Amino acid sequence: MKMKTILNLMGRAATPVVLVASMAMLSASFGCAWADVKLTGAGATFPYPLYSKWFDMYNKKTGVEINYQSIGSGGGIQQVKAGTVDFGASDAPLTNARLKEMPRNVIHFPTVAGAVVLAYNLPSVKEPIQLTPDAVTGIYLGKITMWNDKRIVAANPGVALPGAPILPVHRSDGSGTTYIFVSYLSAVSREWKDLVGANTSVSWPVGIGGKGNEGVAGLIRQTPNSIGYVELAYAKQNNFTVARVQNSSGKFIEPSLASTTAAAAGAAAALAKDVRTPIVNSPAPDAYPIAGLTYLLVYQEQKDDAKARALRDFIAWANTEGQEVAETLDYARLPEPVVQVNEANLMKLTVRGKPIVASK
Amino acid sequence: MSLQSRRLPADEIYRGLLLAAATSVFLVVALIVFEAARGAGLSIRTFGFGFLTGTDWDPVADHYGALPYIYGTVVTSAIALILAVPVGIGSAVFLAELAHRRVGSAVSFVMELLAAIPSIVYGIWGFFVLAPFLRGAIEPWLIQHFGFLPLFRGAPFGIGILNAGIILAIMIVPTIISISREVLLATPQSLREASLALGATRAEAIGVTLGAARPGILGSVILALGRALGETMAVTMVIGNTNRITGSILDPGATMASVIANEFTEATGTLYLSALIEIALVLFAVTIVVNAIARVLVYWATGGKREAVA
Repeated sequence: MKMKTILNLMGRAATPVVLVASMAMLSASFGCAWADVKLTGAGATFPYPLYSKWFDMYNKKTGVEINYQSIGSGGGIQQVKAGTVDFGASDAPLTNARLKEMPRNVIHFPTVAGAVVLAYNLPSVKEPIQLTPDAVTGIYLGKITMWNDKRIVAANPGVALPGAPILPVHRSDGSGTTYIFVSYLSAVSREWKDLVGANTSVSWPVGIGGKGNEGVAGLIRQTPNSIGYVELAYAKQNNFTVARVQNSSGKFIEPSLASTTAAAAGAAAALAKDVRTPIVNSPAPDAYPIAGLTYLLVYQEQKDDAKARALRDFIAWANTEGQEVAETLDYARLPEPVVQVNEANLMKLTVRGKPIVASK
Repeated sequence: MSLQSRRLPADEIYRGLLLAAATSVFLVVALIVFEAARGAGLSIRTFGFGFLTGTDWDPVADHYGALPYIYGTVVTSAIALILAVPVGIGSAVFLAELAHRRVGSAVSFVMELLAAIPSIVYGIWGFFVLAPFLRGAIEPWLIQHFGFLPLFRGAPFGIGILNAGIILAIMIVPTIISISREVLLATPQSLREASLALGATRAEAIGVTLGAARPGILGSVILALGRALGETMAVTMVIGNTNRITGSILDPGATMASVIANEFTEATGTLYLSALIEIALVLFAVTIVVNAIARVLVYWATGGKREAVA
């Protein structure tokens, strides 16, 4: 799957439009004073295909070199804490407790949104199934064990669901995908919240675990009557049939980039107050309910003038021009209100207590 | 004279270099233990001995007990041994006692090849070939005929403790065969000749040789067990990764190595990380003890002739 993404990347990079655009940008950036600035980052693997594309484009545009190690959100946070990288990346925002452990204040910058979809293997069912929040939590709590349970059948009139036991599949490795999925379950089910809760790994009451999106996908493909959750981008690239999930307005929504962006837009008011607010179970009527943001973690107080400026300019670029590329790689773009929150937060970055001087 | 005096310092330097190489191994082991113990400190202080007996591994509540993983490691390794030991020793006896020497060499060459296959390849095979076979044929049969035993209760997933045990068995068979064969070949020829001369049948003569080689064969089994205990990638792919102890080998489970592989990269809490490192420490301790026992047994069996172990 990774290979495929890389090939896609290469294919897209070669399209004439991007080439011409990047050449134009390259010539425009001649004489840039900080062209040889190098930034390092580490963290989440989920946005890595997009980030590597971004860093490459940005390097061609400005000469700023950004090295990113996709070692996982946990590792990224550790490295930010130790101060060995200029920025971190995480799919799960830092909790208040973890923020306090950091030596200085950390600002979260969401870069793109992602959705988590429910893929399933029901050989006899042709039409996409519809799931209510109760059905999803019931399946993962082990309370709904048969496909023809009335709580699933009720939402799927006319669909002949088999009388077969459900095999729920989950991620076995800690991941941002799991975080988004269990945040959703915690948001829609009091019982889930009390019994299991939300984290990058949880103690699953039922089901079996596969490592990575490909592990879960492999288990679903192989095992009839199974259901599992994977990233939207992964499901799209591998042509999985996915379930429609009922959102907070009662509508069954097909997961898509647009319905994911809508989920972030629906949570805009809360995000403006705290950008770490989960966007699951969004109140927007056209929002897909199982969605999340992925973040860059940046110290508010920066140490190095040139690096601070380069980092700020990069985030500003990713927040605007970068968003145009996101959808070609199956990431959902940020809605306008969240872009504005990022812009406001960029103004808060300082170097030795002073706001960063504009470089353009 | 001049030749000798020039050779002497060269020998000394060579000796020094080799000594440094040998001691560096101990240094690395000591460093690993030190680092792991330091990293696990927080978890050891928080959970104490309860870490080893706790069944609750809950990153949300930040409470960790390693028993499901210890259980998974022990059970998968036990299944692997039950399957691999008879096959391994049987082939070793055949290769050392009955087969033509040239056949023996050819087979051990293939065995070494088998041992060199990366574990992820075994994992992929277990996932895509063995799992559907277990789900479609073996597990339904086990459930139908032995389902009254708690050991074979549950649904046939194909993925789970049984699958992991079988994969491990395939992975450790080469170790058992090649070492047992070497140990058998190292037993004095006079033993066989004496038994035959006393009127023993071929089988009885082999029994005598086996008796003499027993500690060495045991050593090969324990070395194989060491590999089974620590195997990570293949097991992670086929075991199903759940932290529940159900008592059935058809159910999914997890091992100490697999939980580290699964959760280490995204472990975002200090205590969480520390608990994972403590699991590594426990696994490391178990592996060292197992390997030390194996060394002693093999040394004993071969009467101090270390060449025989190869």
